[in-house]
This record gives sequence, C-alpha cells and structure tokens, in this order.
Amino acid sequence: MQIESFEQLMRLSAQQPLWRAVLLADCEERQADEAASFERMRAMLRAMRAADDGYAPGERSRSGLVGGDGGRMAAYAASGHTVCGPLVCDVIARALKMGESNACMKRIVAAPTAGACGVLPAVLLSYADARGADEDALVRALFVAAGVGQVVATRAFIAGAAGGCQAEIGTAAAMAAAALTDLCGGAPEAAAHAAAMALKNLLGLVCDPVAGLVEVPCVKRNVGGAMVALSAAEMALAGIRSAIPPDEVVDAMREVGEKMDASLRETGEGGLAATPCGRAARDKL
Amino acid sequence: MNVFDILGPVMVGPSSSHTAGAARIGRTAMLLLGERPVRAEILLHGSFAATGRGHGTDRALVAGLLGMLPDDARLPQSFEIAQEQGLRFTIGPTAIRGAHPNTALLRLQGGTGRRVQVQASSVGGGRIRVTQIDGLEASFTGELPTLVVHNADAPGHVARVTGLLAQAGLNVATMQLCRDHRGGYAVMVIEVDQPVGEAVAQPLRAMPGIVAVTYLNPDA
Repeated sequence: MQIESFEQLMRLSAQQPLWRAVLLADCEERQADEAASFERMRAMLRAMRAADDGYAPGERSRSGLVGGDGGRMAAYAASGHTVCGPLVCDVIARALKMGESNACMKRIVAAPTAGACGVLPAVLLSYADARGADEDALVRALFVAAGVGQVVATRAFIAGAAGGCQAEIGTAAAMAAAALTDLCGGAPEAAAHAAAMALKNLLGLVCDPVAGLVEVPCVKRNVGGAMVALSAAEMALAGIRSAIPPDEVVDAMREVGEKMDASLRETGEGGLAATPCGRAARDKL
Repeated sequence: MNVFDILGPVMVGPSSSHTAGAARIGRTAMLLLGERPVRAEILLHGSFAATGRGHGTDRALVAGLLGMLPDDARLPQSFEIAQEQGLRFTIGPTAIRGAHPNTALLRLQGGTGRRVQVQASSVGGGRIRVTQIDGLEASFTGELPTLVVHNADAPGHVARVTGLLAQAGLNVATMQLCRDHRGGYAVMVIEVDQPVGEAVAQPLRAMPGIVAVTYLNPDA
C-alpha cells in the first residue's frame, strides 16, 4: 500500500518501528522481498557515501557557475575556529559538496530530487561520523526518510516545477529531520513532527534557478535545508511539537505551491534568475 | 511512488528530468531500434532545447544511445565514446506542437540499415514516456517489458499476436493500437508482466503481414 498520510504512518508504526512500517508497506505495494528491499536501501546509502568521498574541489560545472565551495568549507572547518563547531560545519561542507558534485555531472542519489541531493546525506553521514551509528541504523533511517517523502509526494509534490523549491529542499529537509530524529531514538510521533517543523520553515521557498540550471541557488540551498533539518530534529527531540499537525502542513505546502507564479517554479524567469546578475549569467551561456 | 522513487535513483547529475530521463530516452530508443545505432539525428524540444546543454541533456541522450544507464559515470564523456564506437550524431532544436516541455525526437539507423524514429518525453523523477514510434502515436514508459509490433493494417493480426503471447504464458498489462490510415500501416504496443524474448519475437516476425517486431525489457 502507498503511504498517504502521517496519520496512516503513525497508525502503522504503533505495533512496529517506523522504518519497518515503511518497508513493509512498500514491499506490499511492489510485491517485493523484505530482505532485498533492505539491501537495496543499503546500496543507496553506500552510493551516497561514495558520492561524498568522490567530491573533487577542483571541479567546476560546465557553466562555470559552481564548484570548489565544498573544499573551501571543509578547509575552514578543519581550522577549528568556527562559529558552530565541527558537526554543523561538517554538515555544511557535505551539503555543498554533494550539490556541487551533482552540478558537475557526477554520480549522486536523488533524495527526493537531484537538486536536493545534498540535504539527507549531509545530515546523516555527518551525524554518523561524529557520534557513531552503524550502517544498519542508517539504512533504517533512510526508510524513515523515504516514508516521509512518500507522504509529501502523495499529498503534495516533490518537483520544483510543480511546487517550487519548498517541494524539493523543503521535502528533503523534512525527510532528513525525521530520519535524524529516528536515528537519535525519537518516537515515530517525534519524527513526524520534526518533518512538519522542517517543512514549515521552508514553506513558500521558490524555485528560481539562474539560467535554468541546477546550480545557483540550488547548491547552497542544500545547506539551508540541512540546517533546518538539524534544528527541527533538535526541537522534536526536546519534546517540542508542531502546532499545526504534520498532514495539514503538507496540505498547506501544496496550496502554497499551487498559488506560486509559474515564473517561480523552475522556469528560470523569476526571483534570483531574474536579477540583473542572473540574467547576465544566462545571456553569457 | 515507491520508496526508491523517493530515495533514488542513483544517477549522474545534475537533473533527474534533464539528465537521468534523457539518458533513459536514449537507451529506450536504442532498445527499440534493436541494435546499436551508427547514425542518430537528435532533436530537442522546449526546455530540453533551452537548457539542455547546461544540464548535459545532449550528452545523456547520446550516452543512452550507447546503452548507458542514468547512473553510468562515463555519461559526461559520451560524445568522445560515441566517436570511438562509430556512432555519428547531430543535435539540434525543434518545435513539436503540443509536446511536453522535456521532449526529444530521435531518428536512428543501425549497422544493418534498420531505422526507427522515437519521440519521448521526460516526465519527472527520471521517468519517461514514449509518445510516438515511427510517427504513430504510442504511450508507454519502458518500465514494463514492452513488445512493439509493426504490421500491415489487416484483420487477424491482433488475435495472432495475443494468441502467441498467451501460448508463451505472457500476461498482457496494457495494449495500444494505432494506424496511419485504414488498410495502411499499424503499430501495436503491448506491455506485459513477464520478460519478452526472441522466443516470442521470432515466430511473430515469421507471420505474414508483420513488418517488424522489437521489444524491450526494463533495467533491474
């Protein structure tokens, strides 16, 4: 069965862990084998790790608009003199690296889209490296993330062309927030509210890529999404709940996306893309 | 959408629609040709034409024609690999009335002289839809095993083809019929639940009135 709401997800996870509820629903839907599905998700995790390891600071996108910032951030983080400390700086560096690797035509894992591919691995891999989490626990967290993504995809959308950047980076942040909450031992309800709080903080974010490319501002918005995910997970783990129920937040995201002008939905005609500098970059290409 | 549509695919960036979907279109067209193309005319419509170069749509399409999947790390070097492997291609813009913004029209010729023309759209998340084969309308995703039969528009072909499928134990999921005019040229697109192979294609080709038979099986 397709998971259509957080309410349904909560019901399913009353008798079993959240990740398993997602896994079983998907296996039923696809007539797939449980163990094979778990291993397929492990392959996704490993592909994320390989993409992170494969980052090359010297590479630039074909347009020349992005590249190198992940290396810059990593070097700064290594200096030890940072505002937020090693974990947060590591998350920032990883989100930039993955976004840049994507723009440079390297292999990444769409989560839920290629443009938003940096958020989830930045949060999960950095947390795992800092605090220690075994691979199986990370795979389980990915199922939690996928369950959240499914709810958003079913109730609203996950494509920038359909609902703006809130649908891509917003969904990625919601997925990462829930996954991290679950990884840290939060209850299913806490994970759902982490997702809701993350999405709320990115509601209304427009998709305004310069020259129509998945580069500016997409790469750096992966950082924003990851930061929102971290803070939403922290709030949920502290016992804070979203005042608006998770499903209603997703429905609001859909409404906002539907009201968004076409120039702000991946057409490259509004927002940052329409700035003098954005237009000049487009004309140069 | 299943969990691996959300978390996945593993793909070469930067865009699931403009890069991964484009590679899938190229590969599907190659499979429909039934052999490695030696010549390809690639026409890009809409957003594919406008932002395709920056998204690597051009390189992804050629990579697909060479048989590469969307996660093939060699995808950015596809132009060079095409040259090595003897695939000559041209890429240009076009305007197709009423087509999805991310659409490509490919005219392919294989080493044996066989030709096919495929129009397909990248419809999001790396998924695609083939909308025309040899100028005749079609609508399939390539996510299920698919059999494409070109035949003369005459009575009995559908019955013979489905009869053969039944004999082979293949369950029909969807079926589309299209023809250019009455008594003219027709195309049957049949999606089935089990893999299609030469065991079905061979006897079909031998049937009178059947012009060409191609099939494709989805990638695991």
